[in-house]
Amino acid sequence: MVPTLSIDELSVSFAHRSSTVEAVDRVSLRIAPAECVGVVGESGSGKTQLFLAVMGLAGKADVSGSIRFEGKELLGGAAAAINRVRGSKLTMIFQDPMTSLTPHLSIGTQLAEVLVCHSGRSWVEARALAGEMLERVRIPDPRRRLSQYPHELSGGMRQRVMLAMSLLCEPALVIADEPTTALDVTIQAQIIELLRAMRVEAGTALALISHDLAVVAGLADRILVMYAGRIVENAVAGELFRQPRHPYTAELLKCVPSLSGPRPPRLPTLAGQPPQPGDALQACPFAPRCPRAADRCRIERPALLGGSTSQVACHFPLA
Amino acid sequence: MTGGFAGDAVRRLRANPAAVLALGVICAVVVATLLGPWLNPNNTETLDWLHVAARPGLQSAHWFGTDRLGRDLYARTLAGTRVSIAIGVVASILSILVGVSYGAVAGYVGGRTDHAMMRIIEILSGLPLIFFVIFLTVIFGRSESLLFISIGAVGWLTMARVVRGQTLSIRQQDYIAAAIASGASSGRIIAKHVVPNVIGPVVVYATLTVPQIILFESFLSFLGLGIQEPGASLGTLISEGVGEMEAAPWMLLVPGSFLAVLLLCLNIFGDGLRDALDVREG
Amino acid sequence: MTRYFFTRLAGAVPTLFIIITLTFFLMRAAPGGPFDQEQALPPEIAANLESAYGLDQPVWVQYGHYLKSLLHGEFGPSFKYKDFTVTELIGQGFPITLQLGLMAMAVALLVGVPLGTFAALHHNSAADYATMSIAVVGIAIPSFVVLPFLGLLFGVYLHWLPVAGWEPGSIRHLVLPVLALALPPLAYVARLTRGSMLEVLRSHYIRTAFAKGLPLRTVIVRHALRPALTPVASYLVPAVASILTGSLVVETIAGLPGIGRYLVQGAINRDYTLVLGMVIIYSTLLIGMGLIVDLLYAWLDPRVRLAK
Repeated sequence: MVPTLSIDELSVSFAHRSSTVEAVDRVSLRIAPAECVGVVGESGSGKTQLFLAVMGLAGKADVSGSIRFEGKELLGGAAAAINRVRGSKLTMIFQDPMTSLTPHLSIGTQLAEVLVCHSGRSWVEARALAGEMLERVRIPDPRRRLSQYPHELSGGMRQRVMLAMSLLCEPALVIADEPTTALDVTIQAQIIELLRAMRVEAGTALALISHDLAVVAGLADRILVMYAGRIVENAVAGELFRQPRHPYTAELLKCVPSLSGPRPPRLPTLAGQPPQPGDALQACPFAPRCPRAADRCRIERPALLGGSTSQVACHFPLA
Repeated sequence: MTGGFAGDAVRRLRANPAAVLALGVICAVVVATLLGPWLNPNNTETLDWLHVAARPGLQSAHWFGTDRLGRDLYARTLAGTRVSIAIGVVASILSILVGVSYGAVAGYVGGRTDHAMMRIIEILSGLPLIFFVIFLTVIFGRSESLLFISIGAVGWLTMARVVRGQTLSIRQQDYIAAAIASGASSGRIIAKHVVPNVIGPVVVYATLTVPQIILFESFLSFLGLGIQEPGASLGTLISEGVGEMEAAPWMLLVPGSFLAVLLLCLNIFGDGLRDALDVREG
Repeated sequence: MTRYFFTRLAGAVPTLFIIITLTFFLMRAAPGGPFDQEQALPPEIAANLESAYGLDQPVWVQYGHYLKSLLHGEFGPSFKYKDFTVTELIGQGFPITLQLGLMAMAVALLVGVPLGTFAALHHNSAADYATMSIAVVGIAIPSFVVLPFLGLLFGVYLHWLPVAGWEPGSIRHLVLPVLALALPPLAYVARLTRGSMLEVLRSHYIRTAFAKGLPLRTVIVRHALRPALTPVASYLVPAVASILTGSLVVETIAGLPGIGRYLVQGAINRDYTLVLGMVIIYSTLLIGMGLIVDLLYAWLDPRVRLAK
């Protein structure tokens, strides 16, 4: 079975003043068809840059390695080749619904153009299909919304529109970058619910990027934990929560406050800062903050090792 | 703020080859207009009947040729350039003074006075100045003092706007509040605190005002509304040259090129300066 | 939307009215008169002339007459060109100036916007610097230098185009004047478009458009262009002013029988009615342009539409 997304030794680097910054540092991962993968990490962990590179939106950055979507290599191809795939079979929704829609075009136009561009439908047909999709993402009174402009919709509704846009051509993989971060908590829950329903209905694979473990916990089959541009743990969701293997993962889990159980005297936090872009990276980037760090950690870079359900990049994993 | 700031700016400016070259050319032109007469003794008045409308040539007595009346074009062009530059500089200084004062007062006083003062500037900005000048010419006839007033009116608007913007932001600073609290008069505060801090943008826009003014003066002179005979600026010379375009093209090319190069270099240098000091309009 | 437009229109009329009134009274208040240029006239003849032109009546009466004739589209007789009324003079020359101006504006926009977009898409490349260098030239060098130089090159040396003169319906005679007139606004438009496009291309919604797999051309034309054009729209009124100003000189040099030269001549000859008529025409054009620009803003950004 060909994985939907197959990334090998992907690096994304930026020239910054006189040095280079590795936003993504030789990352490899696979996403199977219809699988939901949660990608978790702090700001600067490279989780967004990773997927922007997959979409070909890395801008001025230097991208090296291999990105194969449904078996076909995306990197280094002609613009027309990647345009066929992105927006139709490989789509992305972004974090900021308030600024991600074009202000002067109607919702209907912005939705319909995806169909017109990718499946050759007429504008009339495309608008009708767009209306249907709006219904599927549970937007009330969808026909009226088609002729409205983005500024007439709330943040939650705009994010649903973004979701609708990403589903129009029955994608194999949807990348959702912090889809709920900018929204109210109640709306967050609705969007998560929508994503779940969409997966069930359409069987789409989903890459859910978030800094919030709670968001990811409800949906993901598998979770990748990223730190300083690298994957440090890759495990089936249940196992990760039950038995985290990387010290960083363990610390992250401790930081999530629980509604049940006794109230701790103070909220647990992680000491120290993640490495800033441009900091010279030690062999294991987490070593400065790791309670278990030893000399080996400061010299030798740990490889991502493990079985099919759980991999970890650590010299002294927790389990 | 000044020491390191100015040094930083100079460094950035030096990295801009176009601006440096432009500055070099400007200096060369200024030097030429001042020293030129010594290199070639022909003067602007003499009518050389033997060499009427003569072609330019380094061998002949008239390096740039002569005009219809036999006047030496080299001397006339350099004299014309001198006039244009002189008017440009003097009028610029005038409009800088007016603009800075106006802007500083508006920005400092703030409130409704500022609002009213800015409305006036808005209205004046909308009027093409040439119509205003033509209008005044209809009423008062052609006169050179009119010329100076209207030319001076060109540059002060932008300057006032820029200075007002700067003043407004400076005004918010705490050290101004401290100065007011300690009883310093408004005039003193403006002079001691506001003005030194707006020097940067003022210098930049001053450099950009000079070519604007030179252009406007040339425009007026070209139309016959500016400098009158026997004085001549580049605009007048170009106007004469246009008339003789087919028969004696050098009469157009020489002053035209001088004006074009001068304006181009002033603009490039001004742009470069603005980039180096990273100034925005208020 | 229509209500907004009519409100603005209603606001424009008083502005025009004020301009006409101010101009009228300022001119009458000026020392000297239109007949002072000629040699001193014997008083009886002067009085006759004044009476013929209605100058002997009180200023208010003259004003009233003028307004009435304006409503009939009559600008009064020209004081200098004795056989013509101002209306006739303007009527003859206006179509030419209008044609010249519209063509220049069209060139400035149709060349300037793509040029600026091109420069933005190739930011920091040689092409970008080359384009912006041309822009500096366009901004710095005045039309009364550009046009004769072009005429020298294309007319006198290459014999491709006529240097000056005009025939009804001729395009060849308009090529150089339009080019010279269009160059400064073209340069500004290119610069403005480039700067604005660079900013728009950084927006999140452009990133979304690319993420949808739309081809570059579609992203630029459908998504990026309209927001990028807002500063250009703001520049339109100064652009018209620049073209009007430039036409004074261009018409003179190229020998085009437009109305530009009347303004200058009117000033030199102190021809009141002519200058007054010209001021009204120019003011109307500028105010009209301002209204069009307002409508344009609404089209460019739907948020403006609904707010009004």
